[in-house]
Amino acid sequence: MQPLHLEPEEFAKYPPEARMLIVAHLEAIRQLPVSFVPNLLREAIDYDFKFPAERSAIEKELTVISSLTAAELEDWFRGFAQITLSPALERFDWVNQPARFAEQESAYLWTTHQQDAFRDAATAYGARLLAALPPSEPPVRRLGIAIIGQGVAAYDAPLFRDIRAQGTYFGKLVPENGLQLLLAAVGSRAKAHPVPYGHWYVDGGDAAEHGPLITCVSYKALDGARAALLKNMQAEIRRPGMGPEELRTHLAELMPSDLGMEKAGDPVLDRFQVKLLTEGSGTQIFSTTFAQWTAREALRRAQPLTLLVRFAPRQRQRPMSELLSNSNPTPELDFTGSLIDADMGAFYHWINQQRLPGASQSVFLAWFEGHQQAVVVSPSLPRGVESMSAIDLGKLLDLALS
Amino acid sequence: MNRSLGPGDVSRRLSLSRREFLRGATGAVLGSTLTGASPFVHGEGSRRKRKVIVITFGGGARDQETFAPQGQENIPHLLNELAPQSSFFTHVTNQGILGHYVATASLATGVYETLNNFSAVPPDHPTVFEYFRKDLRRPSSDAWVVAPSNGFNRIGESDCRSYGPGLGATVILPKHLLQAASSGSGLSLDHLLLDNYENPLYTPTLEGGEFELNQLDQILRLSVSDFMAHARTLSSPDELSVYIAKRLMKEESPSLLWITMHDMDIAHSGAYSLYIEGIRRTDRLCGELWAAVQNEPEYKDNTTLFILPDFGRDADYDAGGNGFQHHRTGDAASRTTWMMALGIGVREKVIYDEPMQSIDLVPSLGAIMGFSPQLAQGKPIKELL
Repeated sequence: MQPLHLEPEEFAKYPPEARMLIVAHLEAIRQLPVSFVPNLLREAIDYDFKFPAERSAIEKELTVISSLTAAELEDWFRGFAQITLSPALERFDWVNQPARFAEQESAYLWTTHQQDAFRDAATAYGARLLAALPPSEPPVRRLGIAIIGQGVAAYDAPLFRDIRAQGTYFGKLVPENGLQLLLAAVGSRAKAHPVPYGHWYVDGGDAAEHGPLITCVSYKALDGARAALLKNMQAEIRRPGMGPEELRTHLAELMPSDLGMEKAGDPVLDRFQVKLLTEGSGTQIFSTTFAQWTAREALRRAQPLTLLVRFAPRQRQRPMSELLSNSNPTPELDFTGSLIDADMGAFYHWINQQRLPGASQSVFLAWFEGHQQAVVVSPSLPRGVESMSAIDLGKLLDLALS
Repeated sequence: MNRSLGPGDVSRRLSLSRREFLRGATGAVLGSTLTGASPFVHGEGSRRKRKVIVITFGGGARDQETFAPQGQENIPHLLNELAPQSSFFTHVTNQGILGHYVATASLATGVYETLNNFSAVPPDHPTVFEYFRKDLRRPSSDAWVVAPSNGFNRIGESDCRSYGPGLGATVILPKHLLQAASSGSGLSLDHLLLDNYENPLYTPTLEGGEFELNQLDQILRLSVSDFMAHARTLSSPDELSVYIAKRLMKEESPSLLWITMHDMDIAHSGAYSLYIEGIRRTDRLCGELWAAVQNEPEYKDNTTLFILPDFGRDADYDAGGNGFQHHRTGDAASRTTWMMALGIGVREKVIYDEPMQSIDLVPSLGAIMGFSPQLAQGKPIKELL
């Protein structure tokens, strides 16, 4: 089907708010190339379950598209219009299965050497959209905190190597009550700037006590969902004809109720957590990967004002079949490996934070839990220097945010 | 951040970074300052005895964990032992599909293959093994592939009509052998059977040209019990592959041996420490294999070794990816790699900056070994001719 032939009733299976939004902009969507539209629908179809920042972004994107003249539409989407798709892809029910279409489209683009052209078209489109919709600055400096190395008694190799040049390295911190001080600071920010899904605490293990206004995701709290997912994967793997691509498609279609999460109270957060486990690679088996991916996805999707991520030790590497079977209730932990994973995870946390509006004013703190080492990136602090000040983490955060 | 750089800029910058680093570390000179023909032209008479070994430094390593300054600690063997003896090509691009099987198949055919990465299908175009055996009338014992992943079982020969079945390389999948050997033994060798994280459930039916368990004794002069006993001393699938490759060198002395490494692809699990461990292990194994070449009379002073990654991994700053974890964006970091050539006929301590493509390997091997890869789409690397 070509977008030109789209009718409102074709969106009957969409959730109500998504359907209303799409139909309101259908006239413009009809003018867009088929290589682009399913990718737009893939985002829009979940509109009812998106975070506020995502909903706002989709609304604005559609408003901009609807405001373009015919000539502007042709100009904006020329790159996508030049992408050719197979007849099978064009016949695909991309209205109701846009995510599945996007997967197949991606494979087709690779095999026909059109991936680079599509990437260029997407990059150009993103740049135009950004110019048309300059992002608004956050109401308060964005703050990221990464706590790494839980349970590691000593580590001699340098930490935070990739971030040090961006900020000040502290080598003589007072580590006592560090976690509590940092969580208290997150709680205070949540009270002072009460934005829905604006202040997050992600724990790669069991979440520590934290303020009620904080959105919390923890690996431990998802033990039941992870077990259900791994069981589901095992059952699927045994099915004849199941392959990696089929499994990925199957996982992408799982709902919170499929993983025993139907009693939870927040449908938006529940769907987010299911996607962490079903779309993230390695999140089902390694807690360090889970924490890193959750931070990435929270920043990309919810754009929180505050995000504290505490990494926990992951299980040791074992054969993948054994890891996926989830058969060992008390696996051996890899403390040093987890510290190295988390060190890189902290770097990626900072990179992902810097992609958001207000990057030049944002603050980032990474701390080796229980130890005296931390690095702070802040416009208030010099770059590429070391400090031997003996201050606690609460005062350090005040300094960084001053 | 380097977000404002275009793919070409990033690619060139990676190449220059490797060059400057290697010049400092090994005292190498730039190839562009050299004149005259390669030592290969003087070796015409000894082609018959020449051995070529190709190691793919897979699956997927980035510059910053290897040849960039911050990565040097991970590759002491490549850097301190092999690079000083090598011609180093700083700017190799892979413009094909960035899946391990399809990319390795492309390396082996000299054509960017478009087969399904997760299917047990042969390449569409003739492989280097077929050109080598058909043109030079070599027996099957003269071309071998050792690959750790079951997905690579069809890489030995294409289904191209004028080449194809019976003209390719024999493929050894050491993990498959180990599974067969340990079946029912009660021994725990699971650490050598680690699956590719990307496709843990992908175990295609083996067919065509694979090495079978009963050939262990016939060809490798290795009893199942000795094989199992040695396997117990190893720690990863790539270690098992190198063990088998060394055994092949000793017993069969193939002229064309292709070894595919894969341990580092554990990066897909998102654990950076395991990815680094994989790179360090692969580095050590490359050193071990070169040492084996020096210790085998059939190979010493008679072998050219090529080491190259199948491709890189996504850059940290590419918003479309998640850094080292995957190779999905098709950005410059994931497409730009390097190649090292050392041994007979290769100038030592020379760095070449000229861009080349990974599909140039097969035409270059053809020029070096004296066969004609007619359907390959790459070009011979002139610095090796």
